[in-house]
Amino acid sequence: MASFIIRRLLQMVPMLAAIALLIFLLFSVIPGSFATGQQDEGLGLDMAVVQRMRAELGLDDPLHVRFGKYVTQLATLDLGISFRSRQPVADLIAVRLWPSLQLTIASMAFAIIIGLPLGFIAAMRPGSWIDLGSMVVAVSGLSLPKFWLGILLMYLFSLTLGWFPSFGYGDGGLYHLTLPALALGVSPMALLARTTRAAVLDIMNADFVRTARSKGMNEYRVVVWHVLRNALVLVLTTIGLQFGSLLGQAVVVEKLFAWPGIGSLLVDSVFQRDIPAVQGCILVITLFFLVINTSVDIAYKLIDPRIRYT
Amino acid sequence: MKIRANLALGGGLTALALFVGVFGPWLAHTDPIMDANLMNAELPPSGEFWFGTDQQGRDIWSRVMYGAQISLTVGVVSQLINTFIGTALGVTAGYWGGWWDDFVNGLTNLMLAIPSLIFALAIMAILGPGLTSLLIALGLTNWSYTCRISRAQTLAIKSQGYVQAARVLGYGDIRIMFSQILPNTLGPIIVIATLGMGGSILAEAALSFLGLGVRPPAPSWGSMLSDARETITIAPWLSLFPGMAIFLTVLGLNLLGDGLRDILDPQSRSRR
Amino acid sequence: MNANTEPLLEVIDLRIGLTTDAGSFAAVEGVSFTIGRGETVGLVGESGCGKSITALSIMGLLKPPLGLAGGRIVLTGQEIQSLPAAQLRALRGKRIAMIFQEPMTALNPLKPVGRQIAEMFVLHQGASWNEAQRRAVEALAQVKVPAPERRASDYPHQLSGGMRQRVMIAIALACEPDLLIADEPTTALDVTVQAEIVDLMKELCAAKGTAILMISHDLGLVTDICRRVCVMYAGRIVEQQESELIFNAPQHPYTQGLVASLPRLGMRARHGRRKLIEIEGVVPGITAYPQGCRFHPRCTRHTAICETVVPELTPLATGDSSPEAAGSLVRCHHHG
Repeated sequence: MASFIIRRLLQMVPMLAAIALLIFLLFSVIPGSFATGQQDEGLGLDMAVVQRMRAELGLDDPLHVRFGKYVTQLATLDLGISFRSRQPVADLIAVRLWPSLQLTIASMAFAIIIGLPLGFIAAMRPGSWIDLGSMVVAVSGLSLPKFWLGILLMYLFSLTLGWFPSFGYGDGGLYHLTLPALALGVSPMALLARTTRAAVLDIMNADFVRTARSKGMNEYRVVVWHVLRNALVLVLTTIGLQFGSLLGQAVVVEKLFAWPGIGSLLVDSVFQRDIPAVQGCILVITLFFLVINTSVDIAYKLIDPRIRYT
Repeated sequence: MKIRANLALGGGLTALALFVGVFGPWLAHTDPIMDANLMNAELPPSGEFWFGTDQQGRDIWSRVMYGAQISLTVGVVSQLINTFIGTALGVTAGYWGGWWDDFVNGLTNLMLAIPSLIFALAIMAILGPGLTSLLIALGLTNWSYTCRISRAQTLAIKSQGYVQAARVLGYGDIRIMFSQILPNTLGPIIVIATLGMGGSILAEAALSFLGLGVRPPAPSWGSMLSDARETITIAPWLSLFPGMAIFLTVLGLNLLGDGLRDILDPQSRSRR
Repeated sequence: MNANTEPLLEVIDLRIGLTTDAGSFAAVEGVSFTIGRGETVGLVGESGCGKSITALSIMGLLKPPLGLAGGRIVLTGQEIQSLPAAQLRALRGKRIAMIFQEPMTALNPLKPVGRQIAEMFVLHQGASWNEAQRRAVEALAQVKVPAPERRASDYPHQLSGGMRQRVMIAIALACEPDLLIADEPTTALDVTVQAEIVDLMKELCAAKGTAILMISHDLGLVTDICRRVCVMYAGRIVEQQESELIFNAPQHPYTQGLVASLPRLGMRARHGRRKLIEIEGVVPGITAYPQGCRFHPRCTRHTAICETVVPELTPLATGDSSPEAAGSLVRCHHHG
């Protein structure tokens, strides 16, 4: 068991290396560096200045040298220096880590608290209005553009009703967190509702539920003793995967609500052609995704006795 | 009964979207880019301007009609690219196995490890904004799932007798792949493609909203919403209609995909 | 009526309907049989003949699109087919218990088997969980599972098929029900294990006075464990006799076919090389039951009357005047 966990964790390393390589390659082929980017905007820099900047930033070294430097820097958690602000990218990201996590966790919490019971109730009364209604809500939730939902929420609850602020982080409390969390959380909520419903329906039709009924249990007992835990195990993977991808999906919501997270930093950096910052953000977001996925994998193996005891 | 409702509603909405996409220019009242009269700026919906006007005085109705072309082009083309790449890689990997299979698997795992929106964003950052870059970016990001499924189907079909029988008859590899394997993988792939189109349209809208997709003044629904943000208190209708258009189109595709899944791929989850 | 002679279970003219988009069909029709206290009765037939759903209907576990469409089920004098759900539930596990064909899927994969047995004691006898766990271990010992204390905390996938079925038997017999319905309990097991399970069932039920309704497609198996056998075909009972009689003197052409198709030791020595005898044709589907006698398309003896008139279940005229033989019935125009 322990060996499995260690193996799984070690598997993350080559994956990370491959991602780092991919990101590095992608951005090393950008036609032009920061300097050239500035030229595109018509600022017209003195060529000598450009040359000096390029040498300073090591952009003229051969590819493998640059990659070597990149990897060694990564090993020391040095994500480079931002072109724009001349600050270490790692610092820029670090300060935005918590707000991003706040948003992600809040959205996921919303998704679980609403989505799981919704899917469950729908499965217990298949074909009823509740079932139909909740599935309509679910498919709509999956079809809504997050930023449009954000705008609608902003218009209704902030500008019209004045219950919440329309942008900003404030003191990081619920007052500012609510609208962005809702905008981000509706689509995982919808997906969870559907997955839960499917899982519970599957289980209700399983043989062991028939056995439970044949033992003389009432429906309530059947559900609590036999259905709940089995359904949860099935849904766990989806919860994990959704959580992992939320950080990436938060990009647009963060920009819309001016939420100071990694996503909005990424977008700004892209506009400013700040390559190190872009690379750093993508790396961190992908790392998060990878860590969550691996954890879910491990957790699942720990919970399902069929795998634990083989 | 549920299945038919899905197909009917989804098919209807999708057909409507396609209709607008094809006939948009005829349905529109004005040129979406050039007909800008500042005297008409920010007018609410009326008899003349069905959806109102934006800050430049352009008719929103017309822009939404033209915008359908952009969204649908992106949805269809990028999904075609995705499906092509995914199927080609998946089927060949499953069929030939060996180092090619290992390579494709590794690549797929890599792609699946990177959140798709982020990857698309990265590519847009490299290629610069614009429709073509968008098509390339979105076409390169979402093929992993198709690849997995088609590979699994290929392996399943290989394990049955058809492939060996065909080989014995002297069929070449390519012919076998096209005649035996591909037809059997079509079902799930069509479902994934339909649902994927919805995803691509949402991604395009998001990227255009951020300013990294289709550039103004092109009437992309996403960039229209970006413009609308600034005047949301004065002209809230600007935020309503383009978003509604995205929502209805994607909803149609999702419903259609769900309905198709019940018919073509009954073993997968989320049934009924 | 004397309590000793009162039957434990009477199924009278049972009719189970199947509702599809194409209309309603009778999956099972006119099925009647009785089971006395402590008696072992077998229900034999091919897949699809309706024996399993007959069993489920006795337990009240039929699910749509199947449903009870007529007839009566009487348990020790009380009609139970139309009882309210709560009262019907009170019977399950306590007075009638059931074991199923696939022990792997019939047990919850996420719970230790001991717990699944203990549930019975908590449910029906108000035991505490500790007490129930203790008794579960005893139950495992009763079904001859070695090292029961350790086994009780195992999960179903850690046990072999035979052991799982023993667990199912332990669960079913935990509260000493009056009737055990066994739906193909050995079909999914190895042949050697089958015999063990069957012996176990015989032994335990005899000791507790539990009656058994054994459902199987294996005529040989059923005649081994049961005193009386009912043969079902296409939703109807076509013959009902004592096991010995049915084996040695089957009256219905279908039963005769079943008996003849059984491979037996020494056949080659006695009869020389011969192909295994089979019954020609296939079992009709529910929606396509033939008119008249449902077996007539496959019957070597069928005549015009078989195609139009449904034969009634008639008592056999036998020279044997014993009370057991009096229960012999056959549904055929040309039996014998």
